[in-house]
Amino acid sequence: MQVTRAEQPLARDIDKRSLIDARHDRIFQWVLKFCALLVLATLLGAALSTLWGGHEVLFGHSLHFLASDAWNPVTDDYGALAPIFGTLVTSVIALVLAVPVSFGIAIFLTEIAPTWLRGPVSAAIELLAGIPSIIYGMWGLFVFVPFMANVEPALSNTLGQLPLIGQLFQGPPLGLGLLTAGIVLAVMILPFISSVMREVFQTVPTRLKESSYALGSTTWEVLWDIVLPYTRSAVIGGIFLGLGRALGETMAVTFVLGNSYNITSSLLMPGTSISSSIANEFNEAVGIHRSALIALGFLLFVVTFVVLLVARLMLRQLAKREGK
Amino acid sequence: MSAAGIYLRRRITNAGALIFGSLATALGLLFLVWILWVTISNGISSIHPNLFTKITAYADQGGLSNAIVGSLIMDLMALLICAPIGVMAGTYLAEYANSSRLGSSIRFLNDILLSAPSIVMGLFVYVIIVLPMSNMTHGNVSFSGFAGSVALALIGLPVIVRTTDEMLQLVPGTLREAALSLGVPQWKLTVQVLIRAASSGILTGILLALARLAGETAPLLFTAFGNNFMTLHPLDKMASLPVAIYQYTNDPSPAMHSIAWAGALLITLFVLALSLLTRLLFSRKKVSYE
Amino acid sequence: MLISCKFPIRFAAVAAIAVASTFAVGAQATDITGAGSSFVYPVVSKWSAAYAEKTGNHINYQSIGSGGGIAQIKAGTVDFGASDMPLDEATLGKFGLGQFPDVIGGIVPAFNVEGVAPGKMVLDGATLADIYLGKITKWNDPAIVKLNPTLKLPAATITVVHRSDGSGTTFNFSDYLSKVSSQWKTKVGEGTAVQWPVGIGGKGNEGVSAYIKQIKNSLGYVEYAYALQNHIGYAVMKNAAGNVVEPTIANFQAAADTADWKHSRNFNLVMTNAPGANAWPITATSWVIMYKQPKNLANAKVAFDFFKWAYEHGQEQARSLDYVPLPPSLVQQIETYWKTEYKM
Repeated sequence: MQVTRAEQPLARDIDKRSLIDARHDRIFQWVLKFCALLVLATLLGAALSTLWGGHEVLFGHSLHFLASDAWNPVTDDYGALAPIFGTLVTSVIALVLAVPVSFGIAIFLTEIAPTWLRGPVSAAIELLAGIPSIIYGMWGLFVFVPFMANVEPALSNTLGQLPLIGQLFQGPPLGLGLLTAGIVLAVMILPFISSVMREVFQTVPTRLKESSYALGSTTWEVLWDIVLPYTRSAVIGGIFLGLGRALGETMAVTFVLGNSYNITSSLLMPGTSISSSIANEFNEAVGIHRSALIALGFLLFVVTFVVLLVARLMLRQLAKREGK
Repeated sequence: MSAAGIYLRRRITNAGALIFGSLATALGLLFLVWILWVTISNGISSIHPNLFTKITAYADQGGLSNAIVGSLIMDLMALLICAPIGVMAGTYLAEYANSSRLGSSIRFLNDILLSAPSIVMGLFVYVIIVLPMSNMTHGNVSFSGFAGSVALALIGLPVIVRTTDEMLQLVPGTLREAALSLGVPQWKLTVQVLIRAASSGILTGILLALARLAGETAPLLFTAFGNNFMTLHPLDKMASLPVAIYQYTNDPSPAMHSIAWAGALLITLFVLALSLLTRLLFSRKKVSYE
Repeated sequence: MLISCKFPIRFAAVAAIAVASTFAVGAQATDITGAGSSFVYPVVSKWSAAYAEKTGNHINYQSIGSGGGIAQIKAGTVDFGASDMPLDEATLGKFGLGQFPDVIGGIVPAFNVEGVAPGKMVLDGATLADIYLGKITKWNDPAIVKLNPTLKLPAATITVVHRSDGSGTTFNFSDYLSKVSSQWKTKVGEGTAVQWPVGIGGKGNEGVSAYIKQIKNSLGYVEYAYALQNHIGYAVMKNAAGNVVEPTIANFQAAADTADWKHSRNFNLVMTNAPGANAWPITATSWVIMYKQPKNLANAKVAFDFFKWAYEHGQEQARSLDYVPLPPSLVQQIETYWKTEYKM
């Protein structure tokens, strides 16, 4: 270190460099901020454009629109209750099924599988995300609906006989309906949740895991007590990614949901969802009808907003209980 | 409970979890194989040179060449638009606005937009790009491949923002402190250390975005419109595989259906190939955070 | 590390070159664009391929739905629109639009009842309306038995299937039910989408035919070509003249022939429940919509030439796809309409 001899020029150099660095830093931050604001603006614009497109229905008959389960394009009488119901029910079914399975896949890919198997299997699971949603729809329509029609009598005879939840499994075995749509959605969001889980599980410092193993923990205990808490916020992010897809998915749901404006207590009955109503009717709709469909799009934003808000509040509660 | 009993219970729980993990993976793969098998068995009769050489105008005697080219152009253009913006915006959220109000509102809105029905994005682009262009050019340029890619980019954007944000937040703070203590400026730290450390996760996000936008139909109907003939110009109305599939599945003819299935297989293979290719290119680096 | 760092840059460079080079290729200005009805998409795209080979002009037709087609022609983003539902005088006048039919097709009731072969079930309008109103719920209802005294009909519940997406098929079907049942007219009415009293909705003809195939004792309605090519049981109908008729190209043509085109203004006529002795009762057409004073005159001229060519030379192709070409008298009337209404 020949600090003394080079002190003068170096100091000047450092000054100059730190000035340049500071400028670069500022520019860099501005560019990033600009991008973030761009995202904010376009996304906000998209959301507001649905508000604008649906204003006739949203502001004209707001209460009726929110509280009615009618949907009559001939008399232009629209209510959003049935689509909202269908969207929530199918998404909940999808999450209930997909989250544990995704967790299992992530465990397999990070802890169980031999290293050579991990790459191909994770690429395969990610491939589920790459199948066009219309193909899920076609597969659902031609293959999965008939399959479910064979399974549903068994469900009615077993689960359907139980008190309370028995109500959920009543009705004729059509094969299509809320449950079928929920299962198809679960398969579609599987890769989103499991990819993120696998990715974040790998980021847990080996040191942490090894310390736990050294104390005699089993693989499961390391996962449940070390890995999951460490990555919790990102895991929840992944679940939101899946939830987002489930709430907004159109084509696949449209083919297997039965598309009837019903609110039923049975998961085996047909229903409709916000996005499938839009996808079904948008192309042919004019006037108030189109406005009602765009208003449904806006309602999906509102529903998502509420769902995310509830999720956030629950997380905060959880964090409080853990004393954070 | 005796120590041995506890030990046994722990072992059983552990074995159960491992079996569950394997079964879950098997279930996921089962669905993949099931869907792929249905796709292949329905589309295999149309995997034919015509598929790549003839245009959609010839319907059941044609192919999908213009749709393949259109999809490639629009998907890549969409990725070029949304990947840099998404990664930079995600970086901003994670590194600069992690706990600020602006950051959390962008994050929240982004989560909401993950679920936006894709047709809404198409409509938005129709209003901000297609109509103004049509007015400016007196109808000569209205729907375009460019408008289609912007709509697709809006579908992919929230996915990339979300994953980039998450992945950067998982990079341990020690890495930042180490770099900063060496006098590395923040932008260099971000680009050369943090994004690199999180690159595999960010890449996963980009691939998921690509997988999602490559199969979208609804946002393209009112933006790229479709074209029964071949075009390479981004300002022309442009064909795409999902739109062709959508139209062909609505056709009475079984021959058209099998072309649709073949098109679906192509999209799936395209996503698989890109996913494998990028994984291969990145596989050599595995950053450890120790 | 090096690879990971360089890769995006190289990738970006390659992609940038690709984009730049595609911009360099000139846009083709001779493209004619049409949009709308999915009902006519198969035949118009077939025609466009043959027409392109003959003249070099590209007619790019995309099925974005009738409503979409109407919206786009109004916005001036396309050269012609196509709709399964005619526009009324007020709308045509307000926007300076004209419309004319391009091709004819049939809609058939389709069913899945064990032991009943395609074409063996007879239905009439009133019965069909009562089934779709939910008033007739069993296959062995006296009304159905009366029409089919020789059939062994099960005592099973009818699963009613309808289209879930807005469609011209639904418009014509509900229009027919409105004409034959006053109760349908007041309770439900007609439109590309209606509030169905009963039943499940399938997306597209595809979805409806799949449901009918999969669900026992179901009844629905699909385009003729679907019933034919997917081997679904279709019903024969008692028409307005009281005759039981088969869904055949000849009987669709009979409906078009006997529909009262001469007295329609701007071809604003839905030809369901046509009076002819052999007329198939649920026969439908689709309209081409164009500006009377087009923004782009050259394009409009090519579009007219295309339809003229299709009326004259596209008949074989239309028949091969189970559509019915327009009767010569109607074509003549359209060509007169062009001369008088369009300022070319």
